[in-house]
Amino acid sequence: MKFSIQINEGPYQHQASDTAYQFARAALAAGHEIFRVFFYHDGVNNATKLAVPPQDDRDIPKLWSELSKENDLDLVVCIAAAQRRGMMDVDEAKRQGFEDNNLNEGFRISGLGQLIEAGIESDRLVVFGA
Amino acid sequence: MTLLHTVNKSPFESMSFDTCLGYAKDGSTVLLIEDGVYAATTGNSAADKIKNASGVTFAVLGPDLQARGLENKLADGIKVVDYEGFVNLVAEHDSVQSWL
Repeated sequence: MKFSIQINEGPYQHQASDTAYQFARAALAAGHEIFRVFFYHDGVNNATKLAVPPQDDRDIPKLWSELSKENDLDLVVCIAAAQRRGMMDVDEAKRQGFEDNNLNEGFRISGLGQLIEAGIESDRLVVFGA
Repeated sequence: MTLLHTVNKSPFESMSFDTCLGYAKDGSTVLLIEDGVYAATTGNSAADKIKNASGVTFAVLGPDLQARGLENKLADGIKVVDYEGFVNLVAEHDSVQSWL
């Protein structure tokens, strides 16, 4: 079955990012396809490449990035939510005149249309959030 | 059409559990996750509401119950599932409504 996942909450804010990650892993292990993971609202903070959590704690942004690499996941960050929170890929940072960017490997920035498409193309859309 | 409802807030923190029960129809399932697992414990007002909601199936996410040390306070008639069981519930129902 084809699943998509929406995440509305930042990592370490409460538990939604962890639950979504564990759900995604379990779905892949059960042989399901994940069409897209859409990061919305504070959920866009999952996409940072600058997180340095304590060594004995889980590194949620890195876990997503690794899961994406292993399973060729499409991790999409909402552009309007990202711009409000200072989440920039290389091109956008350049366009805005910033020296640095902070979007982790495996993520891409796009618009809400990607969420709508995920809803249409997937058999199930599961929302995890604040 | 069967619906899987997920509730991730404690019934003592938010109205989402009560609102969810108001909408849950026969044949649907309510899955309690994160702080929502507090509704699956004995000795509180949520337990009575679960008992009285006929036609609705209740499930709780086991890892979240264990993380809060509540395995021994689980109320009767609630199915414990792991993440694989969560995925199966999503697949078995026609749609998912997350009460956030």
